[in-house]
Amino acid sequence: MLSYFLRRLLMAIPVMFFVAVFVFLLLRLTPGDPAQAIAGDQASLAQLEAIRESLGLNEPLSVQFVTWIGQMLQGDFGRSLISDRPVLEMIGQRLGPTLALALLAMAMTLLFALPMGVLAAWRDGGMTDRLVMTVSVIGFSVPIFVIGYVLIGVFAVNLRWFPVQGYKALADGIGPFAHRIFLPGLALASIYIALISRMTRASMLEVLREDYVRTARAKGLPEGLVLFRHALRNAAIPILTVVGTGFAMMISGVVVTETVFNIPGLGRLVVDAVLARDYPLIQAIILLTAGTYVLINLAIDLSYALTDPRIRYQ
Amino acid sequence: MSQTQSLRKRLIETPPHWTTVLALIVLLAIVAMALFAPRIANFPPTELNAMMRLKPADGTYWMGTDSFGRDLYSRVIHGARVSLLVGAGVALGAILIGLPLGLLAGWFRGLDAVLMRAMDGLMAIPGILLAIAIVALTKAGLTTVIIAIMLPEIPQVVRLVRARVLATRSETFVEAAVLLGTSPMRIIWRHLLPSTIAPLIVQGTYVYASAILTEAALSFLGVGIGTETPTWGNIMAEGRLYFALNPWLVYWPAIVLSLCILSINLLGDALRDRLDPKMKGRS
Repeated sequence: MLSYFLRRLLMAIPVMFFVAVFVFLLLRLTPGDPAQAIAGDQASLAQLEAIRESLGLNEPLSVQFVTWIGQMLQGDFGRSLISDRPVLEMIGQRLGPTLALALLAMAMTLLFALPMGVLAAWRDGGMTDRLVMTVSVIGFSVPIFVIGYVLIGVFAVNLRWFPVQGYKALADGIGPFAHRIFLPGLALASIYIALISRMTRASMLEVLREDYVRTARAKGLPEGLVLFRHALRNAAIPILTVVGTGFAMMISGVVVTETVFNIPGLGRLVVDAVLARDYPLIQAIILLTAGTYVLINLAIDLSYALTDPRIRYQ
Repeated sequence: MSQTQSLRKRLIETPPHWTTVLALIVLLAIVAMALFAPRIANFPPTELNAMMRLKPADGTYWMGTDSFGRDLYSRVIHGARVSLLVGAGVALGAILIGLPLGLLAGWFRGLDAVLMRAMDGLMAIPGILLAIAIVALTKAGLTTVIIAIMLPEIPQVVRLVRARVLATRSETFVEAAVLLGTSPMRIIWRHLLPSTIAPLIVQGTYVYASAILTEAALSFLGVGIGTETPTWGNIMAEGRLYFALNPWLVYWPAIVLSLCILSINLLGDALRDRLDPKMKGRS
């Protein structure tokens, strides 16, 4: 068991290494000079040269890369070129809204997608199944920002049930918080619901053919118990895998959703950083989200091993 | 030869479902719209008219006008050109790069470990973050946008091809070829490549659809192709500023875009059911 853990942990290191290489190359190979971005258009050549020297931009790429990795391993992600504040601090301030949005979307997804997928597989080919698959295909086909605007148009502009845009932290009271986060959460959840309900249905279809499901039914267990306890548990692994790999999709969705609903989270921060060419901020956000992706998927992998002995001994 | 024959047979042996036919008609209509955009548009898509700002739909302006008095209908029709082009560019590019990488990773086991960790690394970076970074840091043109959207799609193609190769390489006919001393390149070309074609066609349709969505999202975030070239995404991005005044500035391009994606997805599902019968009704 321990050796499995260690092996999986070690495999995450080369993955993160490649992430770092990609981000490093992305920012170094694209045209556009960070020194110019710091100094502004008025800077003299001598000033530019001084800034390049202080940033180490005159060193060979390999030296720059090693120095850069070394600094990050010590927790130093650098300072923003625009505001001169430590980028980790800026990211920390924007984490709250994004986390709230993502967690709400995840909760909504599980609430809707799992029963949808289970019911569709249970009545394979029937009306419920077709309805669920239709909803799912539409969820894949309509961009999140369109869903966001339709929700705003219907529930905020016409019905006036919700505010059009904006964000209030949980600290300002649960009422205002929930009131403003509900529509963005639903918009973000839409694509995730499409994805997870499809995967749940597919995985359940496999499991429902197994002998132990027939046995459970034969001994007279109520159908709900058979579906949700016996079948869904065994169908869980492919579903969890998609939840993990879907995290990258979730981040993409967050960027768009925060723009539509004007939420001051990480997504807005990254768009602003990119438009302002704030290199340290861009690379820190990309590295941290990629790192989170790797950790989430690692945790999911390890959770299989904990719950399913077959995987441990492979 | 027999591989392509059986592919063709599987494609045409049973009549298609009515939703598939409908999807095909809608998609062909959108393609025709893009091809003949200059002829069927009522106005040049960039023609400004200060007197006709934000007009509702009528006989002259079928979808109304935007905040610059430009005809929305003409802009939406021209927008199809960029979207379809980006989709095609991304799907072809991702397959052209991903296919050889997947074949090599599946056959040469030493290369596999390194290459797949690199692909895992690329997959860990959320696609849209990578794309907006690439577009914003370089100059936003059609080629940049295509490359930026294509890069994050490559790992999925590589993984798909590699999985096929791993499954095929244990077949007897491949083992026989190895024993006969056939060169690796010839084995890959003659025996492994054909088995990847059907799944790649299916994957290609999904990449196509996803690329159109990502292009729209990029334009919407303001890091896509400039508004002098209308795209569904940047029409919506401009329209959102006047959303409360006239939501149709967002709804019209959204409807056409969603119909387009929906048709491609339905066609992709139909192709998968036919080309890959084992996957029928799955995921």
